[in-house]
Amino acid sequence: MANNNRNQEDKGASIKLGPKILDLLRKIGEIELENVEINAEEIEIWIPSLSPAILQQVPPSPEIVRGKPTEILKAEFKPPIQTYSGKILEVKLGATKSEGGSRGKTLTIGGERSPAFYLFEETQLNPPIVSVDVFDTEVSLPKSIRTHVQEVLGDPAAWAKLAVDKFNADAVTVHLVSTDPLIKNASARDAARTIEQVLQAVDVPIIVGGCGDPKKDVEVFQKVSEVAAKERVMLSSLTPDMAEAGILGDVCKAAKDNGHVVLAFTALDLNRAKELNRRLYEFLPKESIVMDLTTAALGYGLEYSFSIHERARLAALAGDNELQHPTLSGTTNAWAAREAWMKMGAEWEPRELRGPIWETVTALVLLLAGVDIFMMMHPAAIRTVKDVIKNISGLSHTRREDTDWISIRM
Amino acid sequence: MTERTVKKSIKELSPLDVYKLLPRITPPCAECGEKNCMAFAVKAVTREVALEKCAPLLTEKYKAEYAQLRDLLAPPVKEITVGIGDRSVKIGGKAVQYRHEFTYHNPAPIAIDIADEMSDTQILERVKAIEGFRYNYIGRILKLDMIAVRSSSNDPSRFGAVVQKVAESTTLPLILCSFNPEVIEAGLKTVYTNRPLIYAATENNWSKMAELALKYDCPLVVHVSEDLRMLKSLVKTLVEYGVEDLVLDPGTFVGKGLASTINNFTMIRRSACGGDKLLGFPILGASIAAWKERTEPKELLMWEEACLASILLSRYADVLVMHSLEGWVILPNTIWRFNLYTDPSKPVSVEAGLKIFGAPNEDSPVMITTNYALTFFTVESDIRSANIDCFLIVVDTGGLSVESSVAGRYLTAEIITEVLRKSGIEEKVKHRYLIIPGLAARLSGEIEQLSGWQVLVGPRDSSGIPTFLKDRWPPKKE
Ligand code: SF4
Repeated sequence: MANNNRNQEDKGASIKLGPKILDLLRKIGEIELENVEINAEEIEIWIPSLSPAILQQVPPSPEIVRGKPTEILKAEFKPPIQTYSGKILEVKLGATKSEGGSRGKTLTIGGERSPAFYLFEETQLNPPIVSVDVFDTEVSLPKSIRTHVQEVLGDPAAWAKLAVDKFNADAVTVHLVSTDPLIKNASARDAARTIEQVLQAVDVPIIVGGCGDPKKDVEVFQKVSEVAAKERVMLSSLTPDMAEAGILGDVCKAAKDNGHVVLAFTALDLNRAKELNRRLYEFLPKESIVMDLTTAALGYGLEYSFSIHERARLAALAGDNELQHPTLSGTTNAWAAREAWMKMGAEWEPRELRGPIWETVTALVLLLAGVDIFMMMHPAAIRTVKDVIKNISGLSHTRREDTDWISIRM
Repeated sequence: MTERTVKKSIKELSPLDVYKLLPRITPPCAECGEKNCMAFAVKAVTREVALEKCAPLLTEKYKAEYAQLRDLLAPPVKEITVGIGDRSVKIGGKAVQYRHEFTYHNPAPIAIDIADEMSDTQILERVKAIEGFRYNYIGRILKLDMIAVRSSSNDPSRFGAVVQKVAESTTLPLILCSFNPEVIEAGLKTVYTNRPLIYAATENNWSKMAELALKYDCPLVVHVSEDLRMLKSLVKTLVEYGVEDLVLDPGTFVGKGLASTINNFTMIRRSACGGDKLLGFPILGASIAAWKERTEPKELLMWEEACLASILLSRYADVLVMHSLEGWVILPNTIWRFNLYTDPSKPVSVEAGLKIFGAPNEDSPVMITTNYALTFFTVESDIRSANIDCFLIVVDTGGLSVESSVAGRYLTAEIITEVLRKSGIEEKVKHRYLIIPGLAARLSGEIEQLSGWQVLVGPRDSSGIPTFLKDRWPPKKE
């Protein structure tokens, strides 16, 4: 800003004439607006005494006389706290013995009264959690994940145990891929047995994942609901297709009668999410609904997921009571991005890090958008996300040293 | 420049507010390239056109209106230019806090550090690597933007020499980093005409840094760790001093400190969007902080930096200083930055229908995909860059990707059969071979039964299309 000298010169003109001229010009502006007949030439007649030379010296806005401060001028700062009329519902996953289930402990998600990690407004009531993906049958997995689960592939109970013991999973999601009519078409009874086995192998809350075929999923969820009665599992997921097929009520009834939670899935569309929730309210208590608004992979639409989660959360806090549910992210979708698994040039290696960082970044971005529960796969990604959640869920008041990165010697 | 009445935010501003202040010459002079002033006003409000396109507005007569309009349309976060000419970067200029409200402007430039204690060869190699970073992401080239030269030596002559060396070997805009004004001046002397960003004024050195910023006419970062009141006070002081192009750095902390970093960035941005002019400047994030006094293995620090960078980009950093240059660290962050700064109103889906690439004939391949925008753009970019002549049928799956639409039954054998009939492809080719995405492999049997077309299961990722076609097209007769 080499405008010191200029300021000095301007001062005379602006102090004497500045505000007045500006007022005058503004007034002319208004007159012109009200009376369109007055054209450009006519306006000049209004201010004949002002020579262009003087006009030139009028700064864009009246400048305050500046002397260079010799000490720091104090300014006030108030944290920009807002009040919100809405609040996110709390949803409890799992049930302990005293509650009729067999989980070692339960997990509660939701309950937010301000946007994610706005700790200057509210403390984080229930930190987000991570549920680790387990498949009931051999599925094609990227190599960097496969190496970590090689020994338990095809054995969901062992896999769940590994997820809890080694990966520190808060919960486990059992994907009943084998029930897919286009894959193995395993029966609902078989699927229920798998869930029973997993419930015995681990004592964390369980999420039950379907195959995506609405009719089959409803059948499977009904059966699983019965055998897992009172365990308060989450059924993943209930979709608008089930509503269209007229079978949503059946699965909701099974969930309600046996005390389970449901995941309402919609594809990046808040209106549909609200619509589905309205349908669910006909059958279920609001405290048993979690929303999956769709997680697209980093590079393949993550920004849509990010914005839809931010919008949903802000609308919920502003009072939209059809969106006041905790949200879930199927973060494992990150592996759909080619950059997560593909062999690329040497400059992008190692793939063993590129893959899990893809999953991690996808999760972190959505964590900041307000997601409450993440379905994840890679142990390094799971660990990082859990660490970050721990670090950003509370303000630490220990005085930190200044962040001087200028002098770092690498 | 103190607090003042909160002006209308960009969301509330109507084209009429702008129109009122335009010259409104009759008949419209259309020098702006628009039909009339109203059309211009509509675009000016959404910042699609710059005010300066209206030539009459720039004349003496409309000086006051021009000033008012500039103020009216000024974003709550000031836009700062670093560098000159073609290779300059703009920092800040955000109109809103949340991405969905309005397109974020000026993708946060990523600066990679160079320490003045590195050897000459190291420095040149690093410059080369920074300039050489390139990634083709759905047809867009992603790059790195700046170099942050930092004085770990705290020796003015060493710093001056290194800055000169860097400036001679690159045209990328620079950030000169030191808390020592003498060191900064040694660097500025050689490159000030390139308008580098000065890092940083602090509670201790502010008047000397202010003098340098004024003397050399360069923008200045204000750094106060975790004390927004002091940060704001320093801004007030510097503005009063005459330094108006400022960037804010409330400090980037890792580990337990990350919570307050996120909160400080958020408070600054929300205050700015709420009309606090003293906090209405771009924010600097420093993921390089992940490297501070750490003894962990390098890969772990790179990993932490990759995570930290993505957090800072998501929570309002307008410029980012990084150390890692590894592809796997930079790639997710340059892609995320690109995504974050796209137009939030851009639809998730593209138009369905038959798309033609190159000059296909009756023997050319027929492929099928979904109308999810990112799926389509990826496939499109892969086909284009390999110069393939082919037909691509884009199915309306409600904007779902292949995997999700197969799972959710939005892409089924029935739907594909119907699309094949209706798309007119049966008149365009004489063969009956359909290439489906690898992720839809399980539909192949049913498709063959229902449609009568032979199915070739293509690659799981469209990057494999060129190789696939080389091996499998034309199909061998059975
Ligand atoms: S150039 Fe200016 S005055 Fe002329 S039509 Fe465009 S906006 Fe109106």
